[in-house]
Amino acid sequence: MTDATTDAGKLTTADGQSLKKSLHRALRRQKVRALMLIAPLLLFILLSFIAPIFDMLLRSVENDIVPDTIPRTIVALDDWDATSGETPGEEVFAAFYTDFAIAEEYKSHTRLGSRLNYELTGISSLFRSTGRKVGKFETESYTEQFTAADAAFADPAQWAAWMADDAVRAALPQTADAYDAWSKIVVDLNNDVPSEEDPADFVYTGLYNDLMAGASVASIPSVDVSGWEPVSLREQFIDANDGWADPAVWATIKTYGGDYTSGYFLNSVDMQLSGEGVTQRPEDERIYITLFVRTIILSIVITGSCILLGYPIAFLLANLPLRSANVLMILVLLPFWTSLLVRTSAWKVLLQNQGVINDILVWLHVIADDNRLELINNATGTIIAMTHILLPFMILPLYSVMKTISPSYVRAAKSMGANDWTAFWRVYFPNSVPGIGAGSILVFILSIGYYITPELVGGTKGVFISNRIAYHISSSLNWGLAAALGSILLILVLALYWLYDRIVGIDNVKLGG
Amino acid sequence: MASSATDSAFVEFERVQKSYDGETLVVKDLNLSMPKGEFLTMLGPSGSGKTTCLMMLAGFETATHGDIRIGGVSINNIPPHKRGIGMVFQNYALFPHMTVAENLAFPLEVRKIGKSEREEKVQRALDMVQMGRFGGRRPAQLSGGQQQRIALARALVFQPELVLMDEPLGALDKQLREHMQFEITRLAHELGITTVYVTHDQTEALTMSDRVAVFDDGRIQQLAPPDQLYESPQNSFVAQFIGENNTLTGVVKEIGNGKCLVQLDGGDLIDAKPVNVKNVGDRTKVSIRPERVEINKDRLSPDAHTLKAEVLEFIYMGDIFRTRLRVAGHDDFVIKTRNAPDQVRLQPGTMIDIGWLPEDCHALDA
Repeated sequence: MTDATTDAGKLTTADGQSLKKSLHRALRRQKVRALMLIAPLLLFILLSFIAPIFDMLLRSVENDIVPDTIPRTIVALDDWDATSGETPGEEVFAAFYTDFAIAEEYKSHTRLGSRLNYELTGISSLFRSTGRKVGKFETESYTEQFTAADAAFADPAQWAAWMADDAVRAALPQTADAYDAWSKIVVDLNNDVPSEEDPADFVYTGLYNDLMAGASVASIPSVDVSGWEPVSLREQFIDANDGWADPAVWATIKTYGGDYTSGYFLNSVDMQLSGEGVTQRPEDERIYITLFVRTIILSIVITGSCILLGYPIAFLLANLPLRSANVLMILVLLPFWTSLLVRTSAWKVLLQNQGVINDILVWLHVIADDNRLELINNATGTIIAMTHILLPFMILPLYSVMKTISPSYVRAAKSMGANDWTAFWRVYFPNSVPGIGAGSILVFILSIGYYITPELVGGTKGVFISNRIAYHISSSLNWGLAAALGSILLILVLALYWLYDRIVGIDNVKLGG
Repeated sequence: MASSATDSAFVEFERVQKSYDGETLVVKDLNLSMPKGEFLTMLGPSGSGKTTCLMMLAGFETATHGDIRIGGVSINNIPPHKRGIGMVFQNYALFPHMTVAENLAFPLEVRKIGKSEREEKVQRALDMVQMGRFGGRRPAQLSGGQQQRIALARALVFQPELVLMDEPLGALDKQLREHMQFEITRLAHELGITTVYVTHDQTEALTMSDRVAVFDDGRIQQLAPPDQLYESPQNSFVAQFIGENNTLTGVVKEIGNGKCLVQLDGGDLIDAKPVNVKNVGDRTKVSIRPERVEINKDRLSPDAHTLKAEVLEFIYMGDIFRTRLRVAGHDDFVIKTRNAPDQVRLQPGTMIDIGWLPEDCHALDA
């Protein structure tokens, strides 16, 4: 210890500074340097990969479209019992009328319809058809009666003045709420000034409802609305589309009224959330469990066939002289240099009904011409093509592990009296298991999320869950469900990885060295 | 299997040749016979063919030509696992996925020996190498020396009559190596096993063996007990390879009566013992061990030839002094003197006379 001296139990450098601090300072430069080196990649991955994935996964539980589009309805539905089997009362429909009329202006009712359609088929068209009619509801009569009763009700400027008055707003809550929403529409969508536009029917309806509830404000002209013939919004909606009379529709809206939903995840496992709680979907709508199970089973089969085909090759590679091993290695790697799409398409040519393999088998009289093998557009096609494509991922880790197994192990076993098979099975094989483990994890995880090959050669019986995810992303646009399916797949892979770690031990996985 | 054959020649190599590529011979015309119970070391530089011989004996290489016999039976066509030869490998080759006890039980298991007998034999073998308590460990948890003992025990546990060892101590440090050398010879003699030991370490070969076969260029250069090998090397390769050696070159002037006179290239005359020079006029390399060089003239016979030498360097090595001299134009002539109280410490720059007994100086092939 020439540069550091002990001072009261604390190590200090020659010039009296704390040794720890000094060391920390010396190391900080290195740390900063290291951070700077990885910073571009880290940023790139964070921005373009991690963040979007996180956002995507969030969609699996996100549901704010429902409470954002029809907030008043959701509140009104609180008092309605979904299990009663009855259509909600007039107050729910009144709230729904306001929400719907606003949503119709923004055209967001169709998006809401699509969202709810995932949970109950038919809601989408219900919303769409009602959207076309909601402007022609008989609530017009309120507007006419108000404007007839007093000209002030027809004056936009007067409305703007009333609605700027806090006392009026406090007395007429529904009116104020409807007016605010309406003026926002006027500003946002039409780029007009609310004080120059006639308020919409739903604003007058709000005023009617407020007055019917007994509100009276001195600053607005007194109108006796009690004598007016009420317009039943419930009937208006049911007239527009009798789907609104179905309590199931309202149960769905109530169930999916929260900001977050488990609906997508339940859907992913063929369940649904209804008025009666979590139940299984009808038999003919259950597809995801089958798909998950098929994906896992096919992945296991593919991993297994990769082991069977790859092990002997890797063994040969590891035991050949270096020069021949290199040539063979190039052959193993050759598929990597060919486009995945090309390889998969090649399998299409080989495997199809009138393809090369069937032709040869017919020519050899192994099979009859009218009894050609179905090798493609089913699970067989997926297994064959994916085994071929993923084989290098099995061979490479196997090879690098086998390369490290000293030939003297087998020699030692033989010198002790073991025949070739015993020496292999008792000594060589156990030492190559880490390679099998690494290869299997790699192949299994790759295949469980594989998309392109099953899509091209899988037909309907050989497609994976990833194909369904892609369908929901690009065709049905049900991103929430796609995100939920993707999350389940991710959790599945992590769970399998964890399980593998528990059983085999991740330390036993070697990629060589 | 004639008993006379097993006694005198338990292991036999007869005219064995080995070539890997069909162009060069790695082993050239090897003839060797070992009696039962002998500890024979194959010593040689790397590439001399010693390991190839061992591998042919073990069965991992086949002889290109010739016959290898154990106990009078040709083993050329017997696969390695049926030869019943115990083997210790350079890197021990302990199976990493088995415990020590499982490693030892392996040769017994493949011989279908019952569990109780197996356990007993494993324990006995472990006790034999003082590793009785380590049965449950994995090889990776053992030190190099411990692994070495286990490898030895595993090679001996099925009681083979012949044990082969391929540079088994190469990876150990000096102290441990010396200890294991003793252990191995003790066990080999106690158990009466015939041992073929391959090494490139000449000290190891000298201290352990009954006989040493010095290999070079695919041939046995000399096969003799250690003392003979050291004191009477048969050619200049053996003389160079075994121990430290001073070499001077010259021409035979006179020869006869087990003595010869050699004129060195510098013109000086020296006495030597002819080993493989036959005629006057032959070129020769004479070899003298550093510790046999005499600097005290009184100890030499009066008519002995001496050489002038200049002291270049004196190195104190504790037990001995090592002095480097310039002799007859060579400045790498080394002498070793014992560190005794009356021993002179030669100062660099002084001129001295050196000489030796004629029988200590071997006139070998040039």
